[in-house]
Amino acid sequence: MAVLELRDVTKVFPGVVANDRVSFSLEKGEILALLGENGAGKSTIMNVVYGLLSSDGGEILIDGEPVNMRSPRQAIDLGIGMVHQHFMLIEPLTVTENIVLGREPGRLGVIDFALARTRVVELSERYGLKVDPDAKIADLAVGMQQRVEILKALYQGARVLILDEPTAVLTPQEVRELFAVIRSLVDEGLSVVFITHKLEEVMAVSDRIIVMRAGRVVGETRPEETDDVGLARMMVGRDVVLRVEKPPSTCGDTVLAVKDLHVMGDRGLEAVAGVSFTVCAGEVVAVAGVSGNGQTELIESIVGLRKPTSGTVHLKDIDITHAGPRKSIEAGVSHIPEDRHRRGLVLQFDIAENLVLGDHRLPPYAKNGIMKPKVIAEMAEKRIADYDVRTPSVSVLAGNLSGGNQQKLVVAREIGREPMLLIAAQPTRGLDVGAIEFVHREVLAERARGRAVLLVSLELEEILSLADRVLVMYEGRIVRELSAEEADAETLGYYMTGGGGDKLAADGVVPVMGGQQ
Amino acid sequence: MSEPREGTVVQRRWMTILQKAGTPVISALLAIAVGSIIIWASGYDPLAAFAALFKGSFGSPKAVGDTLLKSTPLILTGLAVAYGFRAGLFNIGAEGQLFMGGLAATAVGLALGATSWWISVPLMLLAAMLAGAAWAFIPALLKARIGAHEVITTMMFTYIGRYFVSYLVNGPMKEPGNIPQTPALDPSAQLPRIATLFSEGAREALPILNLGRAHMGIFVALIAAVVIWLILKYTTLGFENRAVGFNRWASETAGISVQWTTVKALCISGVLAGLAGATEVMGVHHRLFDQFSSGFGFTGIAVALLAKNHPLGVIPAALLFGALSAGATTMQFEAKVPQDIIQIIQALVIFFVAAEEIVLWFVRRRQKEAISHAG
Repeated sequence: MAVLELRDVTKVFPGVVANDRVSFSLEKGEILALLGENGAGKSTIMNVVYGLLSSDGGEILIDGEPVNMRSPRQAIDLGIGMVHQHFMLIEPLTVTENIVLGREPGRLGVIDFALARTRVVELSERYGLKVDPDAKIADLAVGMQQRVEILKALYQGARVLILDEPTAVLTPQEVRELFAVIRSLVDEGLSVVFITHKLEEVMAVSDRIIVMRAGRVVGETRPEETDDVGLARMMVGRDVVLRVEKPPSTCGDTVLAVKDLHVMGDRGLEAVAGVSFTVCAGEVVAVAGVSGNGQTELIESIVGLRKPTSGTVHLKDIDITHAGPRKSIEAGVSHIPEDRHRRGLVLQFDIAENLVLGDHRLPPYAKNGIMKPKVIAEMAEKRIADYDVRTPSVSVLAGNLSGGNQQKLVVAREIGREPMLLIAAQPTRGLDVGAIEFVHREVLAERARGRAVLLVSLELEEILSLADRVLVMYEGRIVRELSAEEADAETLGYYMTGGGGDKLAADGVVPVMGGQQ
Repeated sequence: MSEPREGTVVQRRWMTILQKAGTPVISALLAIAVGSIIIWASGYDPLAAFAALFKGSFGSPKAVGDTLLKSTPLILTGLAVAYGFRAGLFNIGAEGQLFMGGLAATAVGLALGATSWWISVPLMLLAAMLAGAAWAFIPALLKARIGAHEVITTMMFTYIGRYFVSYLVNGPMKEPGNIPQTPALDPSAQLPRIATLFSEGAREALPILNLGRAHMGIFVALIAAVVIWLILKYTTLGFENRAVGFNRWASETAGISVQWTTVKALCISGVLAGLAGATEVMGVHHRLFDQFSSGFGFTGIAVALLAKNHPLGVIPAALLFGALSAGATTMQFEAKVPQDIIQIIQALVIFFVAAEEIVLWFVRRRQKEAISHAG
């Protein structure tokens, strides 16, 4: 008998059917992947199961018994636990305090902290979820915080664990650890629902896959019966090119020339330690590296958000080393920031306002300090059509769009500006395959138009499919330059993790890179 | 999402206007309702109290004049606070900028002496605007350069401003005599009462023109509201102001100088507060003295809150607060209800505006869910 079963569950939001007669079941000891694009209704259906949203039709059965789920409290009592994409932990409190919160052991309002701690330690050992029970949440890495969330659900007696996009915030290493944890959980008899839009994860960890599209279940399969191309097709509803074909690069004039750049990081240490490279017109140069090796600081100093301590940045013949973001934009640099919510968009602005951001003081959008709403609206209409931003109108707030559409908005603005140089930092972070394909096509279209593209990505797959040249960054230096032909995942991985550094030093080779100077 | 587009856009626009305006109105009504209970529980007749309150604020042309009189500085300080808020800045020190504005207007007015109004009035207003801006400039600079919190600095500058004025009217600028005040401004340096613009005959024919103590400052305030609205809606200055208020990192990335925008926003805020000081001096008191403002700068915070920082919304919000304070005396006199009850009602208005935000938060979250699932 299934531990959890959904029969024709429907959820309607004003004007939208988010879930249309969704049915599936979860067996004991099973890892079920719920796969779908952003906005396919995966999270919504699980929020209904968890009692956060009320359903508008259909039945939910737990252990064969129909239940009327009214609140998360009730779901927890029935043995359902959910770890959300955004953690719900209290930062100044310790791991133990967070886990027992709401169900503290003790009597007469006095918490028995010793007992609480013992229970947390027991639980953590039983499931192999190692975590320091006395650490403060604020001091923990994201992967650890996620463990605390899982432990909290287990402490509350979860038999069914729902993980909503659990890997979105994790490093590859943390992802592997999470998968191990999930397997040990099902070995202990738990059942797991794993919400994701990442194909490789589905293939790696799940027993069974439910694919959702536009609020409906469109297919069910098993990893051994399919491959990523088949899954992508099911998910998007058409054939998806996972690896874009591109003609050979036609390298023109040097557009970006970075010379011996040194940049300080936030912690007062040198984050970029003498980096030199060039990017020419019609070429995609990718910076590969493990997160935190100076990529962010490098980009911020090129676009003028961070002052380099020494070195120069030239755009064609113009020295933009100390230009600042405004002059950098006006000189022809476009920047897709790595964090669209923080740097990319003003979520409280509408689509039109976001599309004009950065160009808002220039003609034709403004003249003598007066903005031209009509011109801006026309431009915005054109952009959302060109870049397939799905929205009822350009006056919808950016914060109300789905993640994929928000990213398209940033891409539309930055590419629509027709820059000389496009800097794309993790342009597909958090996007589903359909949107990734779109962004990749746009990046290559820029290349075909003869623009220079500097791509920074943590995804090797992305680098391999887009780059003409790859610069591997490690501890603030470019330790290796590889041509597209030389680069493969293994080689990149080797240099990204510091491999080859000793050899270079021993040979006395100074790894200064550059295309044609 | 396939409905005819035009219809939905127009509909949505009306919905947003209703939503924006509707909730503050409900807050105000709720405040009056709870205020009635408090009046009743204190042993007075709420119906009589509100009847007297209304009589004192809108019951006659003279009462309307009083309401306009009280609303004038509140529109300006409300705008000052609202404009700062739109840049994510809390100018809690509008009161100090108001004092400096009043001081500058008086100083220029006294220096000019008897001359034509079209020379002195613009110069005095200009001086007040500059003084208000200058008084906000130092906190602004401290905020932009070293991140000193504007709530602390503008507040401290309020004390400095008030005591500076206090010193001047007790010392260098003191009129001969025992009262700590400056000499009176020449009539050419005053903002005339609205009623005096019309001939006696006109006023007899149209009694509505007898607006009592209401002065031309109300037009200054209304023009300021429209100008600020236009700035926020149609200029790059306003666009950058709003962008920085919402998300300073995205603004910085888009080439907007957050520091410079901060300075501009606080200075414009100071300009508006300074104007409020000028209209009080030039329209009401015709001289400067120690306590010429009864905390208009602080009430401006409440006005901005009720108006949800919308420059045109500031006008009705200021009228409500102005009416409450204009009618308070009549209420005390006729219904024997202590004036202090008015402050309770004002506080309740703020309370319900804040509470309404909580309700709206839930409404918005649902809408957001709906739209994100549509995409």
